[in-house]
Amino acid sequence: MKPPVFEYHRPASLTEAVDMLGGLENARLLAGGQSLMPMLAMRFAFPDHLIDLNRIPALAGIAEDGGTLRVGAMTRQRDLLDHPVVRARLPMLAEALEQVGHRQTRNRGTVGGSLCHLDPAAELVAVATALDAELEIAGPRGARTLPMAAFPLGFMTPALEPDELLTGLRFALPALPQGACFTEFARRHGDYAIVSAAAILWPRDGRIGRASITLGGVGPVPVRLEAAEAALAGQRADAESFAAAAACCGALDPMDDAQVPAWYRRRLAATLVRRALTTAWERADVR
Amino acid sequence: MSAEPVRTVAFGVNGETREATIPVRRTLGDVLRHDFGLTGTHLGCEHGVCGACTVLLDGRAVRACLMLAVQAEGHEIRTVEGLADAAGALHPLQQAFCDHHGLQCGFCTPGMLTTLVEFLADCPDPTAAQVRVAISGNLCRCTGYESIVAAVLDAAARMRAA
Amino acid sequence: MTGFPDTRVLGRDVPRKEDPALIRGRGRFVDDIHLPGMLHAAFVRSPHAHAAITAIDTAAARAMPGVRAVFTLKDLAPHLTDTRLVVAMPSPAYRLELHRPVLAHSEVVHVGEAVAMVVADDPYRAEDAAAAVDVQYDPLPAIADCVAALRPGAPTAHAGAASNLVAEMVVEYGAVEAAFAGAALRIQKRLLVHRGGSHSMECRGLVAVPDPIEDRLTVWNSTQMPHACKRMLCDLLDLRETQVRVVTPDVGGGFGPKLVIYPEEVAVPLAARLCNRPVKWIEDRREHFVSTTQERDQAWDVELATDADGRILGVRGVLVHDHGAWTARGLNVPQGAVAAMPLAYLVPAFRMTIKVAATNKVPVTPIRGAGQPQGVFAMERLLDEAAAALGLTRDEIRRRNLVPAERMPYATPMRTRGGIAVTLDSGDYPLCQRMALDAADWTGFPARRGGGGAVRRGIGLSNYVECTGRGPFEHVSVRVEPSGRIVVATGAAAMGQSTATMLAQVVAEQLGADLGRVDVVTGDTAAAPIGLGGSNSRQAVLAGSSAHAAAVRVKAKVLEVAGELLEVSAQDLEIVDGMVRVLGVPGGGVSLGEVARAAAGQAGFVLPGTSGPALAASEEVVIDAMTYANGSCVAEVEVDTGTGAVRVVHLVFAHDCGRALHPRIVEGQLMGGIAHGIGNALYEFMAFDENAQPLTTTLAEYLLVTATEMPKVTILHHESPTPLNPLGIKGVGEAGVIPIGAAIASAVEDALRDYGVRIDRLPLSPVDVLALLDQSTVLPST
Repeated sequence: MKPPVFEYHRPASLTEAVDMLGGLENARLLAGGQSLMPMLAMRFAFPDHLIDLNRIPALAGIAEDGGTLRVGAMTRQRDLLDHPVVRARLPMLAEALEQVGHRQTRNRGTVGGSLCHLDPAAELVAVATALDAELEIAGPRGARTLPMAAFPLGFMTPALEPDELLTGLRFALPALPQGACFTEFARRHGDYAIVSAAAILWPRDGRIGRASITLGGVGPVPVRLEAAEAALAGQRADAESFAAAAACCGALDPMDDAQVPAWYRRRLAATLVRRALTTAWERADVR
Repeated sequence: MSAEPVRTVAFGVNGETREATIPVRRTLGDVLRHDFGLTGTHLGCEHGVCGACTVLLDGRAVRACLMLAVQAEGHEIRTVEGLADAAGALHPLQQAFCDHHGLQCGFCTPGMLTTLVEFLADCPDPTAAQVRVAISGNLCRCTGYESIVAAVLDAAARMRAA
Repeated sequence: MTGFPDTRVLGRDVPRKEDPALIRGRGRFVDDIHLPGMLHAAFVRSPHAHAAITAIDTAAARAMPGVRAVFTLKDLAPHLTDTRLVVAMPSPAYRLELHRPVLAHSEVVHVGEAVAMVVADDPYRAEDAAAAVDVQYDPLPAIADCVAALRPGAPTAHAGAASNLVAEMVVEYGAVEAAFAGAALRIQKRLLVHRGGSHSMECRGLVAVPDPIEDRLTVWNSTQMPHACKRMLCDLLDLRETQVRVVTPDVGGGFGPKLVIYPEEVAVPLAARLCNRPVKWIEDRREHFVSTTQERDQAWDVELATDADGRILGVRGVLVHDHGAWTARGLNVPQGAVAAMPLAYLVPAFRMTIKVAATNKVPVTPIRGAGQPQGVFAMERLLDEAAAALGLTRDEIRRRNLVPAERMPYATPMRTRGGIAVTLDSGDYPLCQRMALDAADWTGFPARRGGGGAVRRGIGLSNYVECTGRGPFEHVSVRVEPSGRIVVATGAAAMGQSTATMLAQVVAEQLGADLGRVDVVTGDTAAAPIGLGGSNSRQAVLAGSSAHAAAVRVKAKVLEVAGELLEVSAQDLEIVDGMVRVLGVPGGGVSLGEVARAAAGQAGFVLPGTSGPALAASEEVVIDAMTYANGSCVAEVEVDTGTGAVRVVHLVFAHDCGRALHPRIVEGQLMGGIAHGIGNALYEFMAFDENAQPLTTTLAEYLLVTATEMPKVTILHHESPTPLNPLGIKGVGEAGVIPIGAAIASAVEDALRDYGVRIDRLPLSPVDVLALLDQSTVLPST
């Protein structure tokens, strides 16, 4: 399990990185390496060129900017998890990050790397979708932004041109009172989730004003449970409403394999949606 | 691509600057072990799951199988060989592992220790549950982990008292 | 009653001799060995479960940079006395001879089988070149499932074989038919038990070093069986015994598979001789999943007969066992499974038919526990079912059947695979059960069970008796050197179980109690002329006994010679640390080193004492009968009916392994086994598809238990010293794993009792649990 031969490049600036990405044949970006390195070791990936993004200071860092939190793509998952604004204002993001791998992988793994790898079971992919993050993308034709919902084109396929790279993302800091919960079911602590659920409830007059429900692991890309979101709006926040929302999971069409069949993912999704909604409501300040 | 690209790389290892000219595809784990002779860092899976190869990169625990050695350029690496003090006295974690039978075959031990050095720096007074989470990325097939958890709690107490 | 009375180091938690090097990262594992000019081997492995090899083209690989050689079997055959590894332990039951080749040449029979070997300057380049070896395959039908393998018309694992039946045998005693005919209750069950790999954190590996000056070969090998490896190398490479040395460096865990002799262990040393350079091969984790032996599937069709009071009258049934594609060791896993089944209980009549099926998968050989967890699972599942049918509690039916303490030693009607009578030598099985029940607050459980929410709580119980200390002997020599150091050398092999500490304790107890003075050499064929190595929880029992006997002899010699030097009677002397002195008189005396110098003799002078030169003795204490350890396990679990997850809340393990030489090490061995048992019950599954393609080939897919999955564990000790060896000890290396699956299955079934489900298989994944709930026709009370 040793990586195959490749040429190694270490750009010092974003411009240099973009130039390399556009100019080199069969090149891949190396971010935290927590997914790419195993793929190289197993020889599932054969790039001719690796472009190491770890020496571009502008790509890393977290900054609060008015009502948003801007996170550089090369920010380590651990730094995002430890950030006081994340802890205070985006607790669901912290809750998700705590379940991303282990201390050693979060120390090295990057936010952008996880998003671009786009594993359907990845916590960051699900939670960025739930939080409606806005992605910043750079390329030879300039910079553009994209809502997270439009980023996954399909199974592990981000909406990036071959010469483009993700430079950062923005999370809107919540203005209205809300309760949120990210919960997942993994076989062991730190494993990829089989299914994850992120629920946000905005209370209004003691009832559910608006609901957001996002599921990971039930399809090639994160799924918004829109039917359930619509059904919950204006409802009382009780076991009956949450069970009805969970029942919407019956319509999901998840992947099916020998070890985790589709019916099981559907059942798990229903359980997690119910539990996430219950916890989110407990956390919502309804007074 | 068949020619083997190489680079000369220099980085700190346990307080000394080490330099080597190496193929760029060589992992940090392999360079520490084979080019620098620091065989205390073990490779148990080479795909980032078992944690045996964990080293400290500028004080943070990372998997040495998931980094290219060329990426360590200019950084400071600390391995199990660098945990004892200059006089050779064991780190309190090392001593506690011995006292609590926290190692049997010893293969996972270096990765456990490096992971825990960082963890105790962040969390000097942990609960047993926190210790379990801290080492959940380190596989051990011998101990069943209980003696390791006991060793960490003991080491943490000793370090707080020191 | 407990421990070793009046000892200085035996029975005490002394610091381990292994720790100072390992804790500093200064251990010497096989991959830590670096030699000038060393080459690296990589293997080309079959991607097919079953295929004919039609051509192998190595030209492109040979032409790659850094490549020194590429070998196929055709290249190696002229240098081998046999191209096969004939390693099967004897049995008259074989129907198929399945000796595997050093490299596959005409047919591959499992994914991962080695087809060619590349030798290159570095491991990266070796791997590059291995990918460039062009092997042409003609795929053949593969058989994955062991039960299907025995059906008429099933594809055969080996082309041209008459069938997949590797062996068939019957283990039988008593009047089975009569027992069932007259039974008040008969319980029948179909059970499926799967166990996975060993997954020592260190994979396999070896470094072979040719010495052209003396035409010798030294092999450092991460093996449990250095002497068997040497034998194989002498035989296959046609080398004299004086030409081959096999050494085990520090071994990063064994757990069974490293007792097998593998194709790489012949191919790599031969490559070293042919290249005339040191050659290293380190198995990577992916190779470990497809080339290191495993335990896998067993299908049990079993029946239990009892009288109206729940007393066992008989057990009968058929076990179908997945053997894999080759006979890499023997029939010992299914034999061990069946032998373990009745041992804890009075079972007057027993007949189990064992059918061993070839499949297109990695060969099966023992993993920690060696079939015994499966046998215990089968017996305990039957007892739970019988208890329910008779309206007895699960503890009561066991109490009525456990071999009572007053029957010890209890001569069972069984015999071991070697034909040796199975006599339960000591123990109080009902007491261990009671200890476990009390510590688990079994009677208080109903109050903890709680209501009928999404999370259901249950409790379960199991008993086991384990055969340990398989003989016939282990070699140990003890020598006091003129430096005063004590050298202990043995054929036993260490792989993390503290063997050096154990032997140092046994020897130091006799020779001054200073462990720092004792140097232990394990697993070196140059240091011990014979040895059986590490397996079967045998090393403390066999090597410990030999070490004790040798140390007692050396001590007598030390005292005799010292007595002569000091002009006092030997009976009035004692050894304390490095000094021999008059009993109870500190200061004075003579050092061990001085005694050793005197005993070494001088040309032309009379030796001191009457027992010859040198302070040395070798022993191979022969113990044919195995010693039987026992224990009871209670598991308390929570089952989440929303996810299917099972969480073990508390696990109580009450056991008896005779005297404990080092209580902390005993606990460590048990705890490791318990974690492995939890893995086997709930997490570890080596999956293959219907074409025998492995599906779990990374540690992200094959789930080993981590610290967060471990429950609270309570271990309780009872000591019934065995009369079979001088130290009164029994083996403990495998005990932990044996009853865990059975206890957890019992607990899960109890937790889900409102659903009326039966747990008839292991492991139990969350998917399995929800599937069982779905199939349940019983509506749960809420």
